[in-house]
Amino acid sequence: MLKRIRNLVRSFTLSELLRGMSLTGRRFGSKKLTVRYPEEKTPQSPRFRGLHALRRYPSGEERCIGCKLCEAVCPALAITIDTEEREDGSRRTTRYDIDLFKCVYCGFCEEACPVDAIVETRVFEYSFFERGQQVMTKDMLLEVGAKHEDQIASDREASIFD
Amino acid sequence: MSEEQVQLFINDREVHASKGAMLIEVADRHDIRIPRFCYHKNLSVAANCRMCMVEVEKAPKPLPACATPVAEGMRVYTHSPAALDAQKSTMEFLLINHPLDCPVCDQGGECELQDTAMGYGEDVSRYTERKRVVADKDLGPLVSTDMTRCIHCTRCVRFGSEVAGIRELGATGRGEFMEIGTYVERALTSELSGNVIDVCPVGALNAKPSRMRARSWEMLQHAGLAPHDGVGSNIYMHVLRNTVVRVVPRENDELNETWIPDRDRFSYEGLHTPDRATEPLVRGAHKWEASSWPASLKQVAQKIRQFRPEEVGVMAAPHSTLEELYLLQKLFRGLGIQNIDHRVRQADFTDQEYMPLFPNLGQSIESVEQNDAVFLIGCDIRLEQPMLAHRIRKASARGCQVIALNSRDLDFLFAGQVTWNQAPQAWLHALAEIVKCIPDNDLKDLPHELREIVEQASPSMYAQHFYELLSQAGTSTVFLGAMLETHPQASALRALGAFLARHTGANLGILPQAGNTAGAWLCGMLPHRLAGGAPNPDAGLNVTEMLAGPCKAFVLFNLEPEFDFASAPGALKAMQDAEFVVIFTPYLSESMRGYADVILPIATFAETRGTYVNAEGRWQTADPAINPPGQARPAWRILRVLGEHFGLEGFAHESCQQVLDEIKAQTGEATGFEGRLHESKAVNVQATADGMYRVSATPMYAVDNVVRRADSLQQTPFERSPGVAMCERQARELGVLDEDEVRIVQDGRPKVLRLELDPDLPMGCVWVQRSARHVDVLGDAIAPVEVQRLRLDHD
Repeated sequence: MLKRIRNLVRSFTLSELLRGMSLTGRRFGSKKLTVRYPEEKTPQSPRFRGLHALRRYPSGEERCIGCKLCEAVCPALAITIDTEEREDGSRRTTRYDIDLFKCVYCGFCEEACPVDAIVETRVFEYSFFERGQQVMTKDMLLEVGAKHEDQIASDREASIFD
Repeated sequence: MSEEQVQLFINDREVHASKGAMLIEVADRHDIRIPRFCYHKNLSVAANCRMCMVEVEKAPKPLPACATPVAEGMRVYTHSPAALDAQKSTMEFLLINHPLDCPVCDQGGECELQDTAMGYGEDVSRYTERKRVVADKDLGPLVSTDMTRCIHCTRCVRFGSEVAGIRELGATGRGEFMEIGTYVERALTSELSGNVIDVCPVGALNAKPSRMRARSWEMLQHAGLAPHDGVGSNIYMHVLRNTVVRVVPRENDELNETWIPDRDRFSYEGLHTPDRATEPLVRGAHKWEASSWPASLKQVAQKIRQFRPEEVGVMAAPHSTLEELYLLQKLFRGLGIQNIDHRVRQADFTDQEYMPLFPNLGQSIESVEQNDAVFLIGCDIRLEQPMLAHRIRKASARGCQVIALNSRDLDFLFAGQVTWNQAPQAWLHALAEIVKCIPDNDLKDLPHELREIVEQASPSMYAQHFYELLSQAGTSTVFLGAMLETHPQASALRALGAFLARHTGANLGILPQAGNTAGAWLCGMLPHRLAGGAPNPDAGLNVTEMLAGPCKAFVLFNLEPEFDFASAPGALKAMQDAEFVVIFTPYLSESMRGYADVILPIATFAETRGTYVNAEGRWQTADPAINPPGQARPAWRILRVLGEHFGLEGFAHESCQQVLDEIKAQTGEATGFEGRLHESKAVNVQATADGMYRVSATPMYAVDNVVRRADSLQQTPFERSPGVAMCERQARELGVLDEDEVRIVQDGRPKVLRLELDPDLPMGCVWVQRSARHVDVLGDAIAPVEVQRLRLDHD
């Protein structure tokens, strides 16, 4: 009974409407939150998971040792790797393909990597115009890595726990 | 079981075991897992890794399960706090020096140390000193080493001394300085060396050909069969994206136990070569033209019909599957063609009527190790049938006496082996001497040619010794090998060998050389017998007769004339002279393009379902592991369709199994495993020239087209470049010196070869080394030759 009276009072005084409109009123005058993409961009976390890259050591030696843990952990089976023994006796990849159509950007590959070779960068704006272009080869991935190495390195620094 | 049984308790579970068994064996049998590194069920107990420590009631300290015999009423705890503590401590010590390179280690994912460390290792090491580093050893083209990873379990050392028969690997130094190696750096020379890869519990010894090619978890495992010898070893092929990356043994205690020879392990390299045939090719007016299957088969059918049946010769390799061989002979017999054979390396066919249903061991492979005496005639058993040699080695460790009649003092690695080293032309007389020793000898079973030879023989010391051994041994076997098969007097040798076996109570073992030689005999891939061994009333020509002339058209199946035949020049010439040659082959070669008219690409053993019959008559079927490349197809399918192109009945099989069922229906009641060789009347004792004979054997890694293309095997010390060898006395007589170039003339064909002195050879013969990469242009493996010196300015 009491509940019905309370509901009646609420509907006739328009209290809910006024409460809603007051939020609208407050936001009306305040600074806008939407960004004007692509001129403006939202801030990114250092752990942002965008386009993949393969990193090199400062000496220029590629980090990837072809252990295939990323290939094994990839839930979308997006990674394909072939390996061989390089002349100096070290294990290296001859092929490192990521199919970006298959990739779900889960970041497991970077997590599995024992040498921080495969990483996901902050790059998220890319597109393909023809079928087949979505497969990132080893050379393309190394190029992405070379281009963004500074950002990648500082992001790894920033996202370390403890 | 007659052995005394004891009752004991493992983890409070009551188990029974025979007295004297080791705890770890009993635990394994009851699926109670005890961690271990140095223990291997087919090797001796070393108890040096200390990982299998278990708590035994009333024992003051934990005991190693691998070296503790079970006893009545024993109470064992494998996972009690005391046992676990001992195991974890051992693990901590083992991990002190083991590198953390699992991501780049080929053993990663299937490593016993890795697995055990998951269960018994600590997360963080307390060890802060420097880890030790050991230099890698170069063990040849098959086994790669990362010796820093070694945990000194000594399994590889024990494998060498106990199974392979050569102590090639050993430990030098002690404690921190202990290292496994070959003392002096050299390649492993055992034909079973690849097995150290499997026994190594860590990644210290790995397969070099597949090094860093794949990780253990990404490969698919397919059960298969190795077709390179008569044992039919069971294998697993590990496949990554339609490529066989490596081969490992599939345990079968009755055949190959837990081992396989290197030939079976590394032959897969020959499957993926650039010279694979990938599309049907037909000779056009000026060049080879790629064709479609229907068009090329139609052409084959048209062309073959243009010849009379007796002008067509059909020859197949004995490592093809039973289904392929059966359909092949059925197809061409359906056309009235009787010139069908698979005995491409055989030299003497005189006694073919007396041969058993198929060449067999006369016993099971497992029971070969029960022999008390083994007589090998013209047989390099170690290279021909490595797993049989292993069984004989086991027998010889028990005291079996191995004797051999060969043209070379071959080292079989058997304890106390005696070789009667005779030039091939003297083999018959040597055997006759032994037969002469049989007291109350009733020679009337022998054909008169042989009877004369035996009657004239006067037994030498060797002959008497051999006869005594064979007649006094409880169980004994006379094995006839591959070199005997290529001997021009093989029929006489077989008859005397069989006669000797019968009169000394020995088994007669005729070694089938290829993976399906036995199957080829069974399914009628012969001119004189039909499927199931029934005599062919309309017998055709054998290989030698076919090549010698009358055939104008040839069907070659899985063969390469320049390597697979007894005499390469003869085979090549026959092909070149033929009007029409159709080849079913997995590989293309330049010479094939020269003489063939149609080339049909077929699948190899890894790419087709097929059955193989081994030396003990065991039928084994394996499914394909990978798809054939391009348009190559399993040959049984091609033959089936070709049968329809010829308009023949009975080629409507829908599966390989239906073909197999048909074969089984025809061979089901076949008998005659023993054969009648001992009463063989058809023998060839053609007078042997007094002069020089050559002897050769098909090298271990040249037996079939797949093995010949396995690169790593070709780099082993077993594969030697062509040359000629003779003993020093012989060389002095001929006036030639070591490393001289000498000219060998055989049947008018000359060849200049480099001479090597070899004390293992008898007088009266020279050893002509054959090779997997060079055509033997001289001809037959055992034949009279003339040796001419080239340099005249010696003395």
